[in-house]
Amino acid sequence: MTQSASPQALSSRAPGFSLSRVSWDWLGVVPFFLFAILFLILPTAFLVVGAFQDSVGNFTLRNIANLTQPSIVAAYWISIKVSAASAIIGGAVGFLIAYAAIAGGVPGWIRPTLMTFSGVASNFAGVPLAFAFLATLGRTGLVTAILIKYFDFNIYQHGFNLLSFWGLVLTYLYFQISLMILIMAPAIDGLKREWREAATILGATTWQYWRYIALPVLGPSLLGTTLLLFANAFGAIATAYGLTGSSLNIVTILLFAQIRGDVLHDQNLGYALALGMIVITGASNIAYIWLRARSERWQR
Amino acid sequence: MKRAKIGPWIALFLGTLYFIVPLIATFEFSLRMRRGEYSFDAYAVVLADARFQATFGYSTALAFATIVVGVLLVVPTAYWVNLRLPKLRPVIEFITLLPLVIPAIVLVFGYLRIYNSESWLPMTSSERLTDLLLTFGYVTLALPYMYRAVDNGLRAIDVRTLTEAAQSLGAGWPTILFRVILPNVRVAVLSGAFLTFAIVIGEFTLAALLDRPAFGPYLQLIGANRAYEPSALAIIAFGVTWACMGLINVVGRASHGQTPKAP
Repeated sequence: MTQSASPQALSSRAPGFSLSRVSWDWLGVVPFFLFAILFLILPTAFLVVGAFQDSVGNFTLRNIANLTQPSIVAAYWISIKVSAASAIIGGAVGFLIAYAAIAGGVPGWIRPTLMTFSGVASNFAGVPLAFAFLATLGRTGLVTAILIKYFDFNIYQHGFNLLSFWGLVLTYLYFQISLMILIMAPAIDGLKREWREAATILGATTWQYWRYIALPVLGPSLLGTTLLLFANAFGAIATAYGLTGSSLNIVTILLFAQIRGDVLHDQNLGYALALGMIVITGASNIAYIWLRARSERWQR
Repeated sequence: MKRAKIGPWIALFLGTLYFIVPLIATFEFSLRMRRGEYSFDAYAVVLADARFQATFGYSTALAFATIVVGVLLVVPTAYWVNLRLPKLRPVIEFITLLPLVIPAIVLVFGYLRIYNSESWLPMTSSERLTDLLLTFGYVTLALPYMYRAVDNGLRAIDVRTLTEAAQSLGAGWPTILFRVILPNVRVAVLSGAFLTFAIVIGEFTLAALLDRPAFGPYLQLIGANRAYEPSALAIIAFGVTWACMGLINVVGRASHGQTPKAP
């Protein structure tokens, strides 16, 4: 509010100077835009344009059509399934934990502890996270060993494998749950206690309170944050690479191999592969931003 | 409303279990190197490894370079937008969110195509230039966090009054930026810096594909070839992340308690 109503800078009011002041203000953001164009816009635009070109530069849609090769479709599909599973489970579990810590009537020290830990855990991704889960649930991991020793139950003889779809999901949950907790906490704070009290006074059951008040208010942030988690998992590579090497065929690992050694034997198909990733993460991020704007109506 | 029920406690207990058990297991595993007894041998081996020292040092230096470039890029821009160009704010905010939309692996793919050795700007033609490109890449990855932290800090102070006061005392733009504005947003800048450090120190994708000897690719290499050292490294990496987040809380609490959250 100070920006629109405040007086102009002292020097700028002199007549005849105002025009030159207005027209040169934009110079201050030139370095930023230059940086953004060189290291964000141009590299992305190059891939997007390349996805619609053949090897000599003519316009074509063949690269996009070639994305339907079975191996590429399979890679996208595994990525989508891993991201969706880790986003939905992580979103639900993260929300329950955040709600328990904030509105569950537990002692006051739990919330700041949880938030600090979530800040750490959401940044503890990549190769070290893979190591941690290998030491926990790998073939010689601690939990695996304890289950064999004390319960005579070998999870690897009962269909579990850390280097598999569910193993990857279980590992991703470490940063997905913590990210969910971090982002949902302000939204849960936005649930006013008066609403709950008013509903109770009017005779609403707990189910009715959730069904008609809490979930409609929280809905956009819940859905939006889950989409953010989806994009977060979809673009990840280091955790999967550290966990399984290149054996699990997710799309980031395929793209990694394509960048290193042109495994698709078609540079422009590689660009199309990247474009497909941008479209998927872009769509879920835009939906997240839109839903967040909607949910902020309730947080005034 | 204040009665504690059993449900929240169960949720918190299971959550704690999920988050703590891998840490305990990793720590336990890292102590198993010597047969039959617990020891810190794995840590000794890792810390004595010349490649560990080299790659950790390289990534640390790169993190500092990223922080310096990031601060020099973000603080003046956010300041100028707050002071003179508030209409540009949505555009700038949108751009700073783009690195969350475009996966890092896609970004570096573009870098390799645009800045390869036969391009108009051959930034991968020598090691020093590649280091520079990697630094700029990390500035880009950290941009959403750095910009948000600094912008929150700037919004909490009266930028316009500070600027006019400094101007009326005869200060030029460098003085205003570095001796008036920067000290006033140092908590925000430090928060952004520690978060940047946590992101850069173990980053894998950019460093691996630009083929630079950073800590992330070293971790991956050790993970593929050794048994106990990876666990020791995971504990060290967790400690570094914890230290960065702890320092953000410390500097935030030391002043007004403004701690930027992850977006």
